[in-house]
Amino acid sequence: MAVLEILTYPDTQLKQESVAVEAFDTALQNFIADLEETRLAGPGAVGIAAPQVGRFQRIVIVDVSKMKRPVANHGHLILVNPEITSWEGYAVGREGCLSVPDYTGNVIRAERIHLIAFDPTGERREYAMEGFEARAIQHEMDHLDGLLFLDRLVSKRNDLFRRKVFK
Amino acid sequence: MNWFMLTLVGEDQPAIVAKLTTTLFEGGCNLGEAAMARLGGNFSIMLMVQHSGSVESLETLIAPVAQALGLHLHADRIEGHLHRHLIPDVRVTVYGADRAGIVAQVTSALSSVGFNILDLQSDVGGSDAKPVYIMTLEGQAHDGIEAVEAALGDIAREGIAVDVQSIETLIG
Repeated sequence: MAVLEILTYPDTQLKQESVAVEAFDTALQNFIADLEETRLAGPGAVGIAAPQVGRFQRIVIVDVSKMKRPVANHGHLILVNPEITSWEGYAVGREGCLSVPDYTGNVIRAERIHLIAFDPTGERREYAMEGFEARAIQHEMDHLDGLLFLDRLVSKRNDLFRRKVFK
Repeated sequence: MNWFMLTLVGEDQPAIVAKLTTTLFEGGCNLGEAAMARLGGNFSIMLMVQHSGSVESLETLIAPVAQALGLHLHADRIEGHLHRHLIPDVRVTVYGADRAGIVAQVTSALSSVGFNILDLQSDVGGSDAKPVYIMTLEGQAHDGIEAVEAALGDIAREGIAVDVQSIETLIG
């Protein structure tokens, strides 16, 4: 196991598209272990994508189960070749990125998604997700297509935040 | 190169930012963080400027263009640092029929529970006859969001709409 080096913008490799995983083998398992160790070594990241460490394969890890303020979640997720099959609703939320240190900004994401992915052994999985977990998945999956949250920033002066009424 | 905070204020017109920043760039300056706001039809901007000289030489550089644009100019030597962003964890939105004292009341209540304001935007909308005050604040609630809600409870009961939301910043 090893903590891998995280690519940071403006490294142009982050803008490159990743390819599907074809072999669910020991090399994949070993890489996933390193990727997870790298995520945990960073400052409180709820997710990480393979291209962030210079491996341009469609692999992401997301875990929002340990938030200070708990959110709906599916636990620790390792998603190989993930695909979002449907999107619903939208919300603005604040995001930052291991690959973009010292900057956070507001981004619009779908509020609910359906997702198909493979687990590290090649088993097909399906998920219905919402809220923060759905946001994390969309953030990580953007990396697989060479997109950063910087590509989706919206104005600070906007009124799209979901409100609840103060009683 | 030293850091300076350059503030310019005056009547708004198109192309102010381009003219100011071109003069600074051609004068060998580098810009850091900046914020512009148009308040009541007035242009205002604060710029972190890296400049190899003194307050006086920076003012000499920018004064002709500022004067031509009708802008008041102020420069301060600062201990500037980039990469010192703080991440807010609570957003407070306040609105209501405008009256004097809303900001003082809200921010005093926030201050009493250790809330550190990182960003404040406010506007007066509505009409002259019925002005509406709207303010959005973001900051760090050192005593937690519940303390913020409790501190603003009295203001909410006075008919000012108060909304307190936690900001969960996703790092991925």
